[in-house]
Amino acid sequence: MSPRRRRGQATRSTRPHAGGDRRPARSGRLALLFLLPFALVVFVFFVVPVVLTLLMSLTDVSVATGLGGFRWIGLDNYRRILGDPSAGLVLRNTFFYVGTTLVLFNVGLALVLALATSLVPERWGGLFRAAWLLPRITPSVVYVLVWKYMAAEPPYGVINQALGWLGIDSTQNWLYAKPWAMVIAINGLVGASMGMIIFSAAIRAIPREQLVAAHVDGAGSWSLIRHIVLPQLRWPALFVAAYQTLSLLASYEYILLATNGGPGYDTTEVWALYAFHTALSNYFGNAQFGLGAALATVLVLIGVAASVLYLRFFNFRTMTGGPRIEAA
Amino acid sequence: MLGSVSETRRPAWGAWLLLAAVTLPLAAFYAWLLLASWSDGMEGFRPLALTARNWSFLWSADPMAPSVWKLTLNTFLFAALVALGEIGLASTAAYALSRLHVPGRRLWLSMLIILHAFPGITLLVAMFVLLQRLGLYDTLLGVVLAKIALDLPFHAWVLKGFYDQVSWDHEMAGLLDGANRLTVWRRVVLPIIRPGLVASGVFAFLSGWSEFLLPYVLAPGAETQTLSVYLGSLLSQADMADYGTVAAVAVFYMAPVLLVYFFLQRFLVELYSGGVKR
Repeated sequence: MSPRRRRGQATRSTRPHAGGDRRPARSGRLALLFLLPFALVVFVFFVVPVVLTLLMSLTDVSVATGLGGFRWIGLDNYRRILGDPSAGLVLRNTFFYVGTTLVLFNVGLALVLALATSLVPERWGGLFRAAWLLPRITPSVVYVLVWKYMAAEPPYGVINQALGWLGIDSTQNWLYAKPWAMVIAINGLVGASMGMIIFSAAIRAIPREQLVAAHVDGAGSWSLIRHIVLPQLRWPALFVAAYQTLSLLASYEYILLATNGGPGYDTTEVWALYAFHTALSNYFGNAQFGLGAALATVLVLIGVAASVLYLRFFNFRTMTGGPRIEAA
Repeated sequence: MLGSVSETRRPAWGAWLLLAAVTLPLAAFYAWLLLASWSDGMEGFRPLALTARNWSFLWSADPMAPSVWKLTLNTFLFAALVALGEIGLASTAAYALSRLHVPGRRLWLSMLIILHAFPGITLLVAMFVLLQRLGLYDTLLGVVLAKIALDLPFHAWVLKGFYDQVSWDHEMAGLLDGANRLTVWRRVVLPIIRPGLVASGVFAFLSGWSEFLLPYVLAPGAETQTLSVYLGSLLSQADMADYGTVAAVAVFYMAPVLLVYFFLQRFLVELYSGGVKR
């Protein structure tokens, strides 16, 4: 129900003689007052950058041209991206990174954690879930700092030491030896918590009678999970996958800090990081704002397409009408 | 719940085992950081010698490095301004969108969702150029405004949810007593959604406190540097053998986050489940 109708009804039923025009007018002024500062900040520092990104992507603006001496070059940047040999590699990297992290951690590990924490007594389950939120709240620089030490070569590296205890001899720096495994684990441990919380809530929402009935019929934990719990997690899983795809596509902070796209050339470079490097942190000191903006635009287009898709999935009307962004 | 069903039978050994196995490395991860901050070098998990020397940055400033107190002040100012700005702007805008007559309400709401789903961090290049044009590059104000704008759609959306749950009768009662909408909002509605405001504010503060990329790109100068940017620079310089001080600075930087998390964890879980990207 829209607020206008609600107000109309309330006014009718409680104050039949109240002047109908005056209050909406005044509340309109208030709405303006309340929305204007918000709209201004969002417009200048969110909407304008969006437009600016689009415009810049059509120019050759860079450190070399300065902000004054650039030229409009139409779609040349996009043509350059199409012909760029690294772009193909970076795109493949991106899909690999997003897909693997999503399946193994953001959905996979999240599901395992949600199920396991639901099987132990709630107090303990809550404790484990709290522990798994730690990587997410840890500032990225601190988090990656510890990972660097974990991965280091002997005698510093913790991973190598732990492997030594298991009788496996290893002297490599894992960030150089297995950069992808590390990058995926670093992002995955952070990403697992959101799915874990959503899945746990969904499990809690399953009517207890269903579980008890199945249990009375002789179902064990595993068949309870397989036949009752998992089917009901399909919808939340879809939500988590869609949402985290967007997050993973755009996030490059941990990769920047951990490997900076290396070791070597473009090894763990993903699209967002490639845009960042091209535009702001170029090896040759000539930061290419225009080309970087074009790369960012490509990413945004993928992101917008994905969000349109997922808005369709999650019924936009119920979302705008409904009370909050509760998953599923 | 699943657990309560299985409790009536035998303990879920498999689940316990699994949780212990996957959570142990995580616990070790943080134990290592704490240990390293008090140790004169670490070989894996073995502290070479315990010392408090790593913490000397707190009382005797290294002339080569920026003062840690200045960095902390910058970080605090950044996080506090971000939190205040986001709460102030989101609580008003969300109220308007939830309760007031706004032309094109559905359009506003769709913009909110699209911006929320929009990968804001991809705008860094344009943000960089824009702030330079506005003369706000490398200023606290500039990076604060950038951060607020990127996070605002999310907070407005969450707070709108809280407003939607407030019963309309509360407001009607206030209006019938002769108060205007502004007074009713301030006196009646805001106190009701206080839990939402606190959760949103705490979250915004923590998110600002931890932010790395925006200050790193938009305010990297010595005067505006935050702890995260400073630690980031140490991360690329420091030698493995000499990570004691870095670990201590990291623990110092992380301590407020952990404290807040420890006390307000249940509060935050709700917001995290709302789907936070970074």
